[in-house]
Amino acid sequence: MDQETLDLARLQFALTAGGHFLFVALTLGMALVVACLQTAATVTDRAPHHRMVRFWGQLYVINYAVGIITGLVMEFQFGLSWKGLTHYAGNVFGASLAVETIVAFFVESTFLGLWIFGWHRFNRWVHLATIWVVALTACVSAYWILVSNGFLNHPVGHRTEYGRLVLADAGALLTNPSALLAFGHILGGALLTAGFFMAGVSAHHLFRRTAEVAFFIRSLRIGVFVSFPALWVTAGFGGVQLASLTDLQPMKSAVFSGKRAEIAELQAELVARFGPGDYVPSELWTRGGGLVMLIAFALMMYLSLAGVVLACFRKAVQRFRLWHVVLMAAVPLPYLAMISGWVFREAGRQPWVVYGLLKTEDAVSGHSPGTMLASLITFTVLFAALAVLNGWLLLRHARLGPVETGLGHDERARAEPVTAGPPPFTPRY
Amino acid sequence: MDTLAVCLLAFFATGYFVLAGADIGTGMLLPYLGGDDVERRLVIAAFAPFFLGNEVWLVATAGVLVGCFPVLEGELLSAQLTVVVPLIAGWMVRDAGLWLRGRGGGRWWRAGCDGAVVCGSWTVALSWGWLLAALFAGTPERTAAAPVGAVTALAVAALFAAHGLGFAALRLTGRPWARAHRLVGRTGAGRSFALTAVLMGALPLFAGPALHPAAHAADRATLTLLVPVLLAFCPLLLAAQAWTWHTFRHRVTHPSYL
Repeated sequence: MDQETLDLARLQFALTAGGHFLFVALTLGMALVVACLQTAATVTDRAPHHRMVRFWGQLYVINYAVGIITGLVMEFQFGLSWKGLTHYAGNVFGASLAVETIVAFFVESTFLGLWIFGWHRFNRWVHLATIWVVALTACVSAYWILVSNGFLNHPVGHRTEYGRLVLADAGALLTNPSALLAFGHILGGALLTAGFFMAGVSAHHLFRRTAEVAFFIRSLRIGVFVSFPALWVTAGFGGVQLASLTDLQPMKSAVFSGKRAEIAELQAELVARFGPGDYVPSELWTRGGGLVMLIAFALMMYLSLAGVVLACFRKAVQRFRLWHVVLMAAVPLPYLAMISGWVFREAGRQPWVVYGLLKTEDAVSGHSPGTMLASLITFTVLFAALAVLNGWLLLRHARLGPVETGLGHDERARAEPVTAGPPPFTPRY
Repeated sequence: MDTLAVCLLAFFATGYFVLAGADIGTGMLLPYLGGDDVERRLVIAAFAPFFLGNEVWLVATAGVLVGCFPVLEGELLSAQLTVVVPLIAGWMVRDAGLWLRGRGGGRWWRAGCDGAVVCGSWTVALSWGWLLAALFAGTPERTAAAPVGAVTALAVAALFAAHGLGFAALRLTGRPWARAHRLVGRTGAGRSFALTAVLMGALPLFAGPALHPAAHAADRATLTLLVPVLLAFCPLLLAAQAWTWHTFRHRVTHPSYL
């Protein structure tokens, strides 16, 4: 193992997984929100509701597209730079990834295509069903990914045979507390991100006094009333998770609380169990990540509490400009909480890739630092470009407000085919 | 169970090459088929509803690989890193071009996205050729040497383009159709597409045995759980795909969302 290759591989994984995670946070939450909006639109069949589906759906699709592009890299990342992980733990760890791709990702993508391109082609109830399949498979996808990640953090349901892990108890793997608690936490966090995003975009329009007053008053209220309960669900699951760490990963817990004596004691204990080595994760990342997450939570809690009260008064929603500015400024907060919470979870697991079983340094593929650096630069540049593009396009379309073109626009309604030029042609098969 | 797992791998890999090969090939020919901005948008509309559902076949292939043949996945991807990174990068650039083309503004933005689609599609096809060269030679543990790799890459890319051409001739109308039709010639679009589909499907099937997948299958306990679940889902996946193909079966006369 080359130390430089290891560092580069870790950096590549951190940047790509972290980047992907940020896109997914909004996608997952927005999928559920858009599905609910479309349910309301389908049941009432009123034009304002349909316009809301198309406007928020457009922002959802832009973000989804970038998210799926970054997700492609994640799918191949383990094989590319973490050969040791698939070699040692693939029997257990790979199965949940396989189920995720086929049971969730495959279905989700196919139905998203049907939803986007099937506007005006299907009966409205069938079209509604397609977005619900997308939203639910997105949740299923998150669950299976967290089964994989939960196994890395708290390996259960396995047995060692000939120096490799084999599956012993599928039930234990699927009900791993480290996976289930994280799933609830992430789902709440995703809705929280979507809620803050909706409120922020709506506040922008109300602040600038654009024409769509009723549209954005309703949207702002939806954002605020979604994010408030989502915040408490997220915090609830997060609290239970934090408490469970004392049993599951005592070292992470000790580093987070900064208890020096306990850290030294655990280090000695782990050296006795696993041989010499440094078993203390980076204090900066672990403690720093955890603290930033808690600060972001506190800020969001005060904003959310005040927001729920204010949102009850229509005049405040429409005219309270200071609140509009605060809501716009608060859009990054859930992202900050998401990414720092993730850093806390993953950095705090080090030096292990599979907790207590496989060290990160033993899992990395044997590439030369040059090769690893080239792949790191390729993916980092692409991810950065995609993040910038995503931000710019979201901003652009959010500012445009609900317009006739874009998602759900009936292209066939135009008078003539755009390629009119050569004589009309009837294709023969 | 091992045999069934190998069949699943072959099924998804073949599906990817036949289906996604068509839209990648059409993307490669975008500058030829579409003379201006509006025509290129029509060419993209020919595969727009399908490309998302097509590319997930490769994601599913990777899923079967990591679930049923985890060791093989690590060995193959790590050994072929220098080809796989351009493959994924090309894929990302192509998808970004497709998704974002209609969302930005201005002629230059769309021209840039068209460029991303074309360059990305060629990079994906050429990388596949280079990767397959190593498998055809029976040496998956190292990337193919330059002359063999380059020749195979060009040949495979040509096959992707021919597959895309047949697809375009079947799906398009107007001037882009006339351009595709001119190249397909007297073979007829249907026959040409059927032939290239068989050849595309044959690629992974000929390359696969070099990997000796059966010898690398995951542990029994994993397979007994995983393979039936995956098999049970296959009819549903096929039905969803069939629904997509049925819904958008007509030739395109108008641009779509992309």
